[in-house]
Amino acid sequence: MSARVTAAVAARVLAQLRRDPRTLALIVGVPCLLETLLEQLFAGRSPVFQHVGAPLLGLFPFVTMFLVTSITMLRERISGTLERLMTLPLGKLDLLVGYGIAFGAVAVVQAAVVSALSFGPLGLTVAGPRPLVVALAVANAVLGTALGLFVSAFAQTEFQAVQFMPAIVFPQILLCGLFVERGAMAGWLRGLSDALPLTYAYDALAHTATDTLGPRFAADVAVVCGCILLALALGAATLRRRTP
Amino acid sequence: MAAGLSGPAVRVDRLAVVRGGKVVLSELSCEVAPGTVTGLLGPSGSGKSTLIRSIVGVQQVAGGRVEVLGHPAGSRALRARVGYMTQAPSVYGDLTARENLRFFARVLGRRGDAVDRALAAVSLDDHADRVVDRLSGGQRARVSLATALLGEPDLLVLDEPTVGLDPVLRRDLWELFHVLAGEGRTLLVSSHVMDEADRCDALLLLREGRLLAAATPAELRARTGAEQLDEVFLRLVDAAAA
Repeated sequence: MSARVTAAVAARVLAQLRRDPRTLALIVGVPCLLETLLEQLFAGRSPVFQHVGAPLLGLFPFVTMFLVTSITMLRERISGTLERLMTLPLGKLDLLVGYGIAFGAVAVVQAAVVSALSFGPLGLTVAGPRPLVVALAVANAVLGTALGLFVSAFAQTEFQAVQFMPAIVFPQILLCGLFVERGAMAGWLRGLSDALPLTYAYDALAHTATDTLGPRFAADVAVVCGCILLALALGAATLRRRTP
Repeated sequence: MAAGLSGPAVRVDRLAVVRGGKVVLSELSCEVAPGTVTGLLGPSGSGKSTLIRSIVGVQQVAGGRVEVLGHPAGSRALRARVGYMTQAPSVYGDLTARENLRFFARVLGRRGDAVDRALAAVSLDDHADRVVDRLSGGQRARVSLATALLGEPDLLVLDEPTVGLDPVLRRDLWELFHVLAGEGRTLLVSSHVMDEADRCDALLLLREGRLLAAATPAELRARTGAEQLDEVFLRLVDAAAA
């Protein structure tokens, strides 16, 4: 790995995003809109908003970055720029980590704006430290980026790549414990839930919301970090210098 | 620089490539001499791009050997020494020409003046700050070519670099290719237009995945008795079929 090349990749991805202000506005604007909708929807029944507000804030970046990354990487594969890069002195991890840094940086902005709105005007409260919610959101964004890089190898078109979102992200959101407590799930669903990374991301956020930052929280964070590394390794395995 | 290099810049030995169950190249052997502009000519579908991809080391091969500047094709040692221009312009459409070149220059560890030199070499200075997607096809191809020039490579492998360019620009680029060869670099340039063959020091004629001939334009004329290179190609095809 080379710090120079990794930084070059990150700077390039950010320059591409800067060229697309509409996408940037959507990345920041959509979660703000959804948090506002949520707060309004449960107006008068504030405990519901208090219960789901913080986890959603932490999970948005996962969804956004998964989608944006898988499309960006797919374009790189289709346009031939990936083939060109593979002939240059660039390591596979330079490329993957460069992407992670760029989208992680975007996630910092996204999470900062959405949490400013949620903790401010929307009146969301968490018992634990608020910066921890933002930090977890960024970790989830990097997880989404790493998974997006990996699955982009299995799509031939942008239509297919978009469909990976409901296929890979929705089941994780349904099973993470946000909608139904994991203890109340049927055994096999519980087992499935145990195997999905977002379960641990949600659990860490829930522990932050209730300020129960014990060993379970530490284990959750460790699992999320492990999944990021695993997804990056899988992503690296899909990058081939030689193609058929 | 090619100094100190003995033997050919590229040596292909009984190369076989199968793509999607179809044999694209079979038992192909050829060489590219250092410091020359070598043309790789043949109709579309003859396997030119596959041979080029094998030489830059991005093609999975079924058999044979490809050696580039004394190393196996695609080795780490070659990544800063070989410049590659793909057939479709492989640059980022949402960045400007200059931003594209700056990125690739940083990957190669080159300074900013390399970017200006590459832009000037392909006469793109005027359009350097326009987003690539808003450039014409020919301009986009030149951004892609400038990217291949960036690292001042010892070997430049260019897949149809002059497609869609006006005659003046084509002439300028061929002059540039010879200037680069004069500096000791080796250029392998593919084309499906026979009239570009006369601008090459040596030719590799490819048809249906096989090497039809490897010689200078003058030798080919003498061998076939034809004046026009199109006619040379046809006579070689007929002779191979007979």
